[in-house]
Amino acid sequence: MEVHRHLDEELDQLRDTVLRLGGESEWALVRAMKALNERDDATAREVLEHDDAIDQLEVEVDQQCVDILALRQPAARDLRFVMSVAKMAPVLERIADHASNIARVVIELDKEPELNNHLRIRQMGEVASVMLGAALDAFTKHDAAAARKVIGRDSEINELYNSIFHDLIELMAREPSTATRDARLLFVAKHLERIGDYVTDICELTVYMAEAAVIKHRH
Amino acid sequence: MITPTPTFAPTFEVRNRTPTSRPTKIAVSDLNFYYGRVQALKSISLEIPERMVMAFIGPSGCGKTTFLRTLNRMNDVIPGTRVEGTVRIDGADIYSPVADVVDLRRKVGMVFQKSNPFPKSIFDNVAYGLKINRVTASRPELEDRVEVALKDAALWEEVKDRLKSSALGLSGGQQQRLCIARALAIKPEVILMDEPASALDPIATSKIEELIFELKRQYTIVIVTHNMQQAARVSDFTAFFLLGKLIEVNTTEKMFTAPDQKLTEDYITGRFG
Repeated sequence: MEVHRHLDEELDQLRDTVLRLGGESEWALVRAMKALNERDDATAREVLEHDDAIDQLEVEVDQQCVDILALRQPAARDLRFVMSVAKMAPVLERIADHASNIARVVIELDKEPELNNHLRIRQMGEVASVMLGAALDAFTKHDAAAARKVIGRDSEINELYNSIFHDLIELMAREPSTATRDARLLFVAKHLERIGDYVTDICELTVYMAEAAVIKHRH
Repeated sequence: MITPTPTFAPTFEVRNRTPTSRPTKIAVSDLNFYYGRVQALKSISLEIPERMVMAFIGPSGCGKTTFLRTLNRMNDVIPGTRVEGTVRIDGADIYSPVADVVDLRRKVGMVFQKSNPFPKSIFDNVAYGLKINRVTASRPELEDRVEVALKDAALWEEVKDRLKSSALGLSGGQQQRLCIARALAIKPEVILMDEPASALDPIATSKIEELIFELKRQYTIVIVTHNMQQAARVSDFTAFFLLGKLIEVNTTEKMFTAPDQKLTEDYITGRFG
């Protein structure tokens, strides 16, 4: 069983790498939202500077997946785990990209007047962060039920997005002088809405990994 | 208590994900097999569809080769063995007192782990079964059948200029394909293969695997293999045996991505015991 001990070690390493990637993406999202909430350019720049390291982690996950597939030919639950991780890594990287985009908006907003329609975006950011954290927990524990619960919360994000969208459009019509700022905030809301979709993808992969059930496009 | 997976429903989900329905070629029902007092097979029930490849996997001593050999009554030659239950091929019970064993083995050919060509010429090896079965009348017809069999076994191009040379001068992989040609010459309907590539290098192995892929157009193939990747590559269905019991039979695709039984999963992921 020596060979399989090696496989177990490699699967553990792969799990560690993808969880590091997940942790970094979560950190980027939380920091980007903090930067937005506190109008803190320094934190926003920190998020941007960190993006390369996240990209590098994605490449590392890719390489580990290819190595395991080529050298160990995993089957059944091992195969599902490697496939899920291989598909999850670019999703996590995209989440970090959206966090970077939010950080860029924070820097641009610096030149704009104080925000007044901001609370619900803050709330949306909190929901997205909590969902991402819960999705990563469900993945770590191979917990399909927990992953399904997280998927259920995506509608909260979508409702918040729709409501913020309407508010901002209304505001732009009412106070055209704030249009630039409002448009930027709209982008933030859109980034958060996309992050909600990506978190759903992660949870679908967790369900596949744990139960071999394909639920994407079905809920 | 391990509950064997029930026999197949008549409709199969095959590798290409297109549901298809193939008639059952071999139907085994509640088969028990004993070497003296030792029970080697315990209540095996399974159906093998026509012109498909079914692989048997499992650890050494699990009964997969014994089971394979019950399908053409090869175990009959071992003293002290006993069979209970039924094995039907095309609906006819092969263990019925009126069953003709010679006819059965003509219908169900076998290829063994170690290639076993006769110390004769390449031509005579393939012609042997035809001669003893008196299935050909004339020399041209015999030559024709030998050529077809060698072509079907993907060996013709390599040996057509030296048919009179000794078969023992062929490489291991060629000898194995010669044995397949010998089995094909008498036009069987089922081919049983007992680890046919276990002694071959990767190139010879891939030739055998490609051959299996071609042969399933015409024949029902049952293969015992220790190499799980080989089972994954060549078969449409896989059956997992453990301690004389059939634990699971499933489409190969399902077996290697999401088996139904935990024991199967533990075995194919190498976390057994």
